[in-house]
Amino acid sequence: MGDSGTAIDGAVRDWGTLRERYCARMQRGAALAKDKVVAPDDVVALLEAVIEPGDRLCIEGNNQKHADFLAECLAEVSPERVHDLHIIQSNIALAPHLDVFERGIAERLDFCYSGPQGLRLSRLVKEGRLKVGAIHTYLELYGRYFCDLTPNVSFIAADAADHEGNLYTGPNTEDTPAIVEATAFKSGILIAQVNRIVDRVPRVDVPGDWVSFVVEAPRPYYIEPIFTRDPAAITEVQILMAMMVIRGIYEKYGVARLNHGIGFDTAAIELILPTYAADLGLRGKICKYMSVNPCPTLIPAIESGFVEGIHCAGSELGMENYVSERSDVFFTGRDGSMRSNRIFCQIAGHYSDLFIGSTLQIDLEGNSSTATLSRITGFGGAPNFGSESRARRHGSESWLMAGREAHRGNGMPRGRKLVVQIVESFREGLSSTFVERLDAWKLQESFGLPLPPVMVYGDDLTHIVTEEGIANLLLCDGPEEREQAIRGVAGYTEVGMARDPEMVRRLRAKGAVSYPEDLGVDKRLATRDLLAARSIKDLVRWSGGLYDPPARFRNW
Amino acid sequence: MKIARHSFLEAGARTRVRGLLDAGTFREFCGPLARRTSPHLPLLDMPVAFDDGVVVGEGLLAGRPVLIAAQEGSFMGGSVGEVHGAKLTGLIERALDVRPDGVILLIDSGGVRLQEANAGLIAMGEIQRAVLAVRAAGIPVIVAIGGRNGCYGGMSIIARSCDWIVISEEGRLSISGPEVIEAVEGVEEFDSRDRALVWRTMGGKHRRLLGEADALVADGMDAFRDAIAGYLGRSRAHDLDSLETEQARLEARVTRFAECRDGVDVWAALGVDAPERVPELEPDAFNRLLGTLEETSR
Amino acid sequence: MEHLEFSFDHGSMAPANDFAHAGVVGSGNLEVLLERAELSGRCEAVVDTAIRGYERTWHKVLSDFVTRQGLADVRISINDGGATPAVVCLRLDQAAADLKGAPA
Repeated sequence: MGDSGTAIDGAVRDWGTLRERYCARMQRGAALAKDKVVAPDDVVALLEAVIEPGDRLCIEGNNQKHADFLAECLAEVSPERVHDLHIIQSNIALAPHLDVFERGIAERLDFCYSGPQGLRLSRLVKEGRLKVGAIHTYLELYGRYFCDLTPNVSFIAADAADHEGNLYTGPNTEDTPAIVEATAFKSGILIAQVNRIVDRVPRVDVPGDWVSFVVEAPRPYYIEPIFTRDPAAITEVQILMAMMVIRGIYEKYGVARLNHGIGFDTAAIELILPTYAADLGLRGKICKYMSVNPCPTLIPAIESGFVEGIHCAGSELGMENYVSERSDVFFTGRDGSMRSNRIFCQIAGHYSDLFIGSTLQIDLEGNSSTATLSRITGFGGAPNFGSESRARRHGSESWLMAGREAHRGNGMPRGRKLVVQIVESFREGLSSTFVERLDAWKLQESFGLPLPPVMVYGDDLTHIVTEEGIANLLLCDGPEEREQAIRGVAGYTEVGMARDPEMVRRLRAKGAVSYPEDLGVDKRLATRDLLAARSIKDLVRWSGGLYDPPARFRNW
Repeated sequence: MKIARHSFLEAGARTRVRGLLDAGTFREFCGPLARRTSPHLPLLDMPVAFDDGVVVGEGLLAGRPVLIAAQEGSFMGGSVGEVHGAKLTGLIERALDVRPDGVILLIDSGGVRLQEANAGLIAMGEIQRAVLAVRAAGIPVIVAIGGRNGCYGGMSIIARSCDWIVISEEGRLSISGPEVIEAVEGVEEFDSRDRALVWRTMGGKHRRLLGEADALVADGMDAFRDAIAGYLGRSRAHDLDSLETEQARLEARVTRFAECRDGVDVWAALGVDAPERVPELEPDAFNRLLGTLEETSR
Repeated sequence: MEHLEFSFDHGSMAPANDFAHAGVVGSGNLEVLLERAELSGRCEAVVDTAIRGYERTWHKVLSDFVTRQGLADVRISINDGGATPAVVCLRLDQAAADLKGAPA
């Protein structure tokens, strides 16, 4: 090795190629910018100037906010100048996200979640115009940003910027820190679309020094209220299941730190905390700290003193003032607006006592998936939240009790996270939730995936709650008991009707299968009268007028 | 924090009737046991309901005899088919024989049942004729609107032919539904998914401010019962003079609000301070506001 | 629509009331009518359902219901708009509670 560099086979290696490329890109882009600010009409030209063929590119886009204007501009660049891009972003939600594949601008995709674009995505895969690297979980994809999938160019969205490029993300910080950190510190180009350019931002969420270019988009970034569940749509069956969850799991284990998936099943739990759980004397004992978006259905539980602290992955439209006025509960900035962060929320949820969420299919081993035959959608946050946190060390009542049930004195004592699936045995249209074999297997085949797309693995799952009862898989010995415990709560599905009644009786005797009467749940109470709020208007009232629901949820 | 334990909006037809009438006094006519089901739906391979989606009967309200009908909004949108319509007509006409202190119609309907189009349309005419005959006999017909379907189509015409209308802020009253207007006139004219807009133009408060409803009440059995009880035994004038007065009022309204594009514009023109706050007002505050305005009753 | 008829011979307890009614026919919902009838201790059920092909499930759900409630001399009539078994059980149990005269 020489003194002034490292020689490999006699050649001197240059260790600053990324920085040199960054400088060249910035130089080409600077011609279109005034300081850091680029006019909306010049953005397509800017992208053609700074993006190089084969780049890894990330467009910020998640459940709440999207760098939608920049995404549209990317779809308009010339495929002759910009091509072979590798898109590495969490969410495929907007048409331009896939237009870039139709137009030959991009060819590879690593992502987490597709939602409404799932059908089109699967068509593009079949036509060979899009190669999927993997369907990641959020934490996996963000982890890979700091490993081998570091973006060369990233587009992000923020509420406001000043002329030096300092950004204010408002309540929807979400994925921004992960993308920014990976891009800015590995010689990447960071382009921000903002709703407005101001003299002074309310708080600095991203230092201007990290930001390459800023554009004031012609309209505010796209955002939609996807975590709002109207209490009017909660059914009696969901209320019955919620009662079982509270008695059979939250009360039993003393679950204080937890994560709720988003759905009507979990909304029902939230809405009977101030009524059913309060009557059981559980205030201050369960559901104290949550990792979850600021769902409006949490308002009564917060107001009645149940939930003491919430950290959020992102915000929710209409909840801004409420969150701001409840800074003892939520994480907020000095300016009063919420500070969200998806990675920290995912980590908090991963190491909490319990995850509960819903799914579309569960097999006889307890593996579950929302993947169905015609669509590629991905799973969002559920796989990270809904997995055993094996490295966890801190003891809590819930974690230790679950650990005792799991190990029953065999070997090294350790704790156990509770991972719960709450499902009705039949879904809408009378398709069975319980299946002998997940659709995920066929999906693996038809899309050439390395593994079947499973959302929560059976060995991570501890409980299944249905309208019939609760299966406690921790108390099952061996695969046969596990299968019968699942059949024992699978209702009148084919899987449920094929149970071995004698074995289910034995499992019930040892608590591996519990029905409402075993849990002290009075089915007659399962009416909508048990809900602390039965309409969006009730939620507004609970909030003292601070919750401002979007127009589509109003009936007044 | 108090949530009304006995919501009118949430309740089904029978629960509404039992919730309004004095305990134990309701006697249902032609109930589910009679199995008077639609002759049309089986031909279309559709399920029937044993009561065809309407509960009719008699009982006491605040100790006074009434006839009462309640549409079941969850069965085919409370729509009026042949049997459903015949049950309503029969109930209303019965008032001429038994002379109750009032006939109460709990409307929760999108109008005629499309699957029984002609029979349903004929039924609408029969119901309206029965209403007018009963009114002419000096028996008040009182409408309550507070269900999820609101009161649309033919039922809205019938409602406005009755003496009194009690409505909650969740209630809606209009001829054409939001989706119909959007389909015919385009989304620029009316965005049916903008529910706040729907309520600003068809909701209970707007209808009360325009004088098309006589009482705006909170969503609860007690509030509906108290308001309805106040109209028992009280008829509204229904003669040539009153019709001409009403016609003149409506003509003046068309001119006066011609430029209004939204309910909020109408409220501003009526002299409401901070009209954009009206949707947020609780019923008590709203009714206090009404007291400060003129021209909000028929 | 599919029309199904069943007969069950379980049962011990004749109802206190003449009839009970629960639920509304709608998408994913159903109405249940239970009536006292002279059936020599048997129970009979008539189901009209919008969804075909679930005769075995209906038989099991109704058979379990009659056993669970211990009903005798009851005619069960159902108009179904495609309810899941969970909803069917709930409505049946609600109607049975009324039929037995249990406090509401």
